Amino acid sequence: MTAQPADFGYGPEETLLREQAKKLLDEYASTTTLRKLVGKDPAAVYARGELPGYDQAVWRRCVELGWTALMVPEACGGVGAKMAGVAALVEEVGRHAFPSPLLATLICSAVLRNASSPAAKRWLGKIAEGTTMSLALTGQRGSWELDETEIVAERAGDAVALDGCAFFVQDAFKVDAFLVTARSADGICLVVLSKDTPGLVLGRDHVVDLTRDQGHLTLSGVRISEEDVVASSSHGRHVLRGAWPSVLTLVSADLVGASEWLLQTTVDYAKVRKQFDRSLGFFQAVKHPLVNAMMEIDLARSHLYHAACSVDVEPEHAEVPARMAKSAAGDAATFMAGRSVQLHGGIGFTWECDVHFFFKRCRHNQALYGDGVHQRKKLANLLIGSPSAGAKS
Amino acid sequence: MTEPTSEEIEFREYARRWLDENKPRDVPFRLALSPIEITSREQKDYLQAWQRRCYEARLVGPSYPREYGGWGMTAACQRIAQQELARARAPFLLNLVALNMAAPTIFLHGDEEQKRRFIPGCLSADEIWCQGFSEPGAGSDLANVQTFCERRGDVWIANGHKLWTSLGQFAKWMILLARTSKDDKYRGLTYFICPVEGAAGVTVRPLVKITGEAGFNEVLLEGVTIPDGLRLDRVGNGWTVAMTTLLHERGAAEGAGGGARAPQLIGQLIAHAKRMFRDGDCAADDPVTRDQLMKLAIRAHGIELHARRAGVPALCDHPLRLPLQSKVLASELDQDVARLGTDLAGALGELAALDPRAPEHGHWPLAYMNSYGFTIAAGTSEIQRNILGERVLGLEKSK
Repeated sequence: MTAQPADFGYGPEETLLREQAKKLLDEYASTTTLRKLVGKDPAAVYARGELPGYDQAVWRRCVELGWTALMVPEACGGVGAKMAGVAALVEEVGRHAFPSPLLATLICSAVLRNASSPAAKRWLGKIAEGTTMSLALTGQRGSWELDETEIVAERAGDAVALDGCAFFVQDAFKVDAFLVTARSADGICLVVLSKDTPGLVLGRDHVVDLTRDQGHLTLSGVRISEEDVVASSSHGRHVLRGAWPSVLTLVSADLVGASEWLLQTTVDYAKVRKQFDRSLGFFQAVKHPLVNAMMEIDLARSHLYHAACSVDVEPEHAEVPARMAKSAAGDAATFMAGRSVQLHGGIGFTWECDVHFFFKRCRHNQALYGDGVHQRKKLANLLIGSPSAGAKS
Repeated sequence: MTEPTSEEIEFREYARRWLDENKPRDVPFRLALSPIEITSREQKDYLQAWQRRCYEARLVGPSYPREYGGWGMTAACQRIAQQELARARAPFLLNLVALNMAAPTIFLHGDEEQKRRFIPGCLSADEIWCQGFSEPGAGSDLANVQTFCERRGDVWIANGHKLWTSLGQFAKWMILLARTSKDDKYRGLTYFICPVEGAAGVTVRPLVKITGEAGFNEVLLEGVTIPDGLRLDRVGNGWTVAMTTLLHERGAAEGAGGGARAPQLIGQLIAHAKRMFRDGDCAADDPVTRDQLMKLAIRAHGIELHARRAGVPALCDHPLRLPLQSKVLASELDQDVARLGTDLAGALGELAALDPRAPEHGHWPLAYMNSYGFTIAAGTSEIQRNILGERVLGLEKSK
């Protein structure tokens, strides 16, 4: 039996965080605004390769409200909010498909707060003040195993030399710095590099998701001092593993929020659109898939709040809840997004309908940090046990 | 969420201890898992005695007032008792229709005399109850019942045909939804307590399920006399009373089918997978099987979490959004679990209970076939989805 609070730790403070986010985003990040930002001209992003935009003025307001400080411990100048509240806020961010460096930065905070080095504390302090950051730990094959980095760290006198590439770096063109994992002789170490570090080159990825940007880092001859290492090679893997449930929970929250927007929007359409003299929702071929989608989203939501609460009160047992949440949220979002396009009919297939912004964000999110199949493979090892010797898995 | 009172905390500890000491072990025959699986009088007598013991131990009816045979404790004690019974994996309480439907309906709609007369026997299982709602022409469209009760002075004369009547072969009483007027589909319905065992004009005939077993019945009512004192609520108010019954029936399905039992269900399935073989290797090593197992584990755990989230209004957009899902989620999970259990046994999964090599005495294929009872009964999954689409999402009524 767990020692978790029955209400998932969701009290007045958490409600306030959600309300605050909802109010700000309803006012400044409506779908009309989103369309102006990233949906005016399909050729801009997809043909000419322009960066999808984001509203820096609104982002500054988010920073003023302390959103980047949320997951920074109070001792480092942050808010030290519970994940229960942060997840609620991120749900609202997903519900607005809000383009910003928030998710990337919260993910870095989750990793950094799990490392106890002076360098980690220094960077956490900067994040609390508005510095933004993104995690760079993936190789070019896109594996989400935590030690698959293609960046190599070598000692060079008093300094550490970093060479290699990192891929699938989220919102890389919005952030000030990167939290990079690097392989050394005896493990994985973590370092933070500001974007103007000599020897660091940022390359563009062209992604389907219009509410994000993505890049890859190339490090050649980057030198940093030993004091700037956030987690040494003997700790890096441990730090990442400990933070991983938070990472999965944050992305699940974004997925759940976006899915709920898709559900409500599609339900609204099914109420007003008439065919055969009836609203679409009259027909069970439309009604039942919407109900099925709602049930999938609700399962994901219950898992999300449980995962958040686990991160808060029993982090050592948070891996199973977080992987369950990511699996449920990714699959629910994929199902919901597909039904949203389909049930909107012809209009749902067009650029003119807002559904595609959310469809694309959901697809992107469900892949990030491991899709449902990946999460269930990990869960099976935890809940069934590793396959016996000789069996292929 | 309100914190549990000291009475509730004490009651939970007591219930856990009592079940630990008194839970039946080494039952000499396969215990039925639900009323539709009871095939012998031996099983019925055993389960009736078990409910009686639980009642005397205050685990049944704790929240009913003492004057109605209950134990006068807080409402939460009812839920605590159910949770602890599920947790202990104790045999189910035989008088299911009485506990989940008849007693709450009589408590809310009955007069003082009816409450004092009938609720105690529901709790102690001294009197078994069955439900007379469905008919050949009234399944999902329940308000279409044609069984007619005609008034003759102080009594009513009932004629009709009821179907899918679980426990009918053992029942003393039936909650009966019948037509008393042909002028209005809904307002022409009235709710009665109808005598069954030994009553003149009542014929209970077993219906055979796809498993080949009896387990439920059809009940013919031919000129059955029902005193007016057994009418529940006003004449013409039967539909409203029936909705009370269905609300309790579907709500109860959460505790019985999914929520509380879900983790045990998955534990049993995984243990089974470890004993079975697939292409000569352990089934629990097969990557596709592992994925399927985890999908169900995630669903089962999510359903369990729903019960917790439903208690936090700030995390529920619509008050009925989670409660109305419980029946369809639980019954479909049971079905999926039973199917996967059968599937991963391969050819062994097709061995019937009679075969000595059948895994777990043929439990999996039987459970799979019986699972359709629950996705059909108490409002089919399709009807549940209509209700959710209309009452929660606000979509146009499908008819």
